[in-house]
Amino acid sequence: MNYFELFSFTPTYHIDTVLLADRYRELQKTVHPDKFANASEQDKRIAVQRAAHVNDGFMTLTDPLLRAEYMLSLHGIEMRHESTTIKDTQFLMQQIEWREALEDITDSSDVDACISQLYQSFSTYAKQIEDKLSDLLSSLSDADLLQATDLIRKLKFMVKLKTELERIEDALFD
Amino acid sequence: MALLQIAEPGQSAAPHQRRLAVGIDLGTTNSLVAAVRSGVANTLPDEKTHHSLPSVVRYTEESIEVGVDAELYSAQDPQNTIISVKRFMGRSLSDIQSGSQDLPYQLETSENGLPLFVTKQGKVNPIQVSAEILKPLIIRAEKTLAGELEGVVITVPAYFDDAQRQGTKDAAGLLGVKVLRLLNEPTAAAIAYGLDSAQEGIVAIYDLGGGTFDISILRLHKGVFEVLATGGNSALGGDDFDHLLHHYLLNQWQLDSLSATLSRQLLIESRKIKETLTTENHAIAILNLDDGTQLSHKVTKSTFETLINALVKKTVSSCRRALRDAGIKIDEVLEIVMVGGSTRVPLVRDMVESFFEKKLLTSIDPDRVVAIGAAIQADILVGNKPESDLLLLDVLPLSLGIETMGGLVEKIVSRNTTIPVAKAQEFTTFKDGQTAMAFHVVQGERELVDDCRSLARFTLKGIPPLTAGAAHIRVTFQVDADGLLSVTAMEKSTGAESSIQVKPSFGLTDEEIGAMLKDSMANGKEDITRRMLAEQKVEAARVLETLNAALKKDSELLSEDERSLIEQAMARLATMSCQDDADAIAIAIEVVDASTQNFAAKRMDNSIRLALTGQSVDSI
Repeated sequence: MNYFELFSFTPTYHIDTVLLADRYRELQKTVHPDKFANASEQDKRIAVQRAAHVNDGFMTLTDPLLRAEYMLSLHGIEMRHESTTIKDTQFLMQQIEWREALEDITDSSDVDACISQLYQSFSTYAKQIEDKLSDLLSSLSDADLLQATDLIRKLKFMVKLKTELERIEDALFD
Repeated sequence: MALLQIAEPGQSAAPHQRRLAVGIDLGTTNSLVAAVRSGVANTLPDEKTHHSLPSVVRYTEESIEVGVDAELYSAQDPQNTIISVKRFMGRSLSDIQSGSQDLPYQLETSENGLPLFVTKQGKVNPIQVSAEILKPLIIRAEKTLAGELEGVVITVPAYFDDAQRQGTKDAAGLLGVKVLRLLNEPTAAAIAYGLDSAQEGIVAIYDLGGGTFDISILRLHKGVFEVLATGGNSALGGDDFDHLLHHYLLNQWQLDSLSATLSRQLLIESRKIKETLTTENHAIAILNLDDGTQLSHKVTKSTFETLINALVKKTVSSCRRALRDAGIKIDEVLEIVMVGGSTRVPLVRDMVESFFEKKLLTSIDPDRVVAIGAAIQADILVGNKPESDLLLLDVLPLSLGIETMGGLVEKIVSRNTTIPVAKAQEFTTFKDGQTAMAFHVVQGERELVDDCRSLARFTLKGIPPLTAGAAHIRVTFQVDADGLLSVTAMEKSTGAESSIQVKPSFGLTDEEIGAMLKDSMANGKEDITRRMLAEQKVEAARVLETLNAALKKDSELLSEDERSLIEQAMARLATMSCQDDADAIAIAIEVVDASTQNFAAKRMDNSIRLALTGQSVDSI
């Protein structure tokens, strides 16, 4: 049973996250180890494994990057462990610009505003990628899927930027 | 005439027969025990009507005292009177000594890095000290509830790492008490609050105790308590406020160092000042020196607030980070529930209130709510409420990773991932013919191994000797609902499971626990082999009972052959469980397990399919 089947969803990139969360809770009510507190050790072990599986499925389908990678893996394209290379110079220039912006945060006069503005820019850009991905992933043609891999690589860059921004934000909290 | 209901043999257990289980809040400063009685959860008082037990243990030549009796001697006999032992849990001696507090204890370190208190009763580790605190609470519960407990739920700070959690569980293990679950303190508070208020939506639990701070952001939805993110500091609490005052007073009086006794006295005085300042604008600190001079100093509320300001600010930063990790905006938070004795400090309330821009909920008893939530969960887990809808979905507080080349950390599971979780990672050999591989598991957010907490080291042995890079070893890291890690490994080309020896960095090995348990039993009422036998018999009965029910319900999942195999194994187990050989029962259980593994998995997957069938029809 793949994750879409597990949650009774048709495998599309756009997903109803509220419905997904509802079903996730329903499934956890069935498999969570706390529901097996009085069961045999074997049933408890299986419950932990299934609950972990449901959690992983929920996380995979909720997260835009993981969901995209997962959909490609269902088509037999494995991207999770590849090293990313991107040839789109315009995209790379934008990345360099943002990297520099990250470095300049601490010198900014209004750090909070600077951080939230960057979050905003990153998420707007990521959203654009996700919208394009949605179309490509609904197609079954090899060319479209190949193009999707390229977009997923870009999405990975965006996730890295966001992680880096969170790290900077964390350092400011401490 | 009323007809008697006669249960079928083997299905006895009258439905109204309650199983006894309690919730225990094992706190830094105070500990409590609570139980559900006649549908109401409440803390249980001792004979003197005290609900909370000071988490203080004193070791004298003749005896071990716990609670108020021990606390009385805290200043007089500081070396042998251990306070705030929770702060030592899962820590190494050097961790503790790098802290700012001066400790009056004579400390040593055990072979595997555990700190040891050298007391009049010999060397004791923090796990043993914690067990001493649990003991009177369990005795109190068994007396009050008039029966033996089937299990306990023990609360831990949400921000406790694996070593701290394992230590807490081991403390109960030393007493031979079954831990139904380790429950995060803010989650326990959320249960008590949520069930009481019937509130639905996002709530924040701010829990500042004696030695630890947690912030948890939860979504409450139709009986499901879903932790979205948690944050905190397992070494920040009201104790630190006391130490800051202690330090400040030393400076004011220009005292360089104090004897252990005077130092403990000043610490006790500092706590009193802190407590007075929750309602007054100033307080007078007094210390009587050995030469008869009396020192005094007026501490104003604003001085105290200046001292603790930086610490309180840290907690607010954690709130900000937890909200961000949860993906929740401040105005989406419906309620901020204040838990833990240290939330009585006015500055704490002011700063938290101004951060959340909302009135805080302070009407619930901050000292008891955690134990009460734990009692509710214990009651359900032990099986008294089979129809309960309650479900807790908690998260891993700190990322798990392994050491890679150059002392860097590779993250395996990120913080705030919902547990249980299992993540597999593949590794390969570095040299030709390599047959073993060493792993170092750490927990924390930093990039360097040295900045994270070392959890365990293990060596994977029995890898088939192949050329470098040819062996593929799949290592699975699993975190259960208690937040505890286990590791399994498998060589993929041969399918051989490899043996792993996990050696906890700052904890006890199973052998050590076994030995300590034997020691404690040797002096106790019960004999270890008898207890082991009793446990195996209970497990055997449980296996047979659930299997009988499963066979009745889902026998169509089995072939004729499978079914007869299972029935044979069950018959053997039934025979064995009537005899008195614990090992033989254990083996018979294993045989049953092996014969039913597929059946159990099929049943579980069936129920997964069934869980959504009603829904998928109308919504797809």
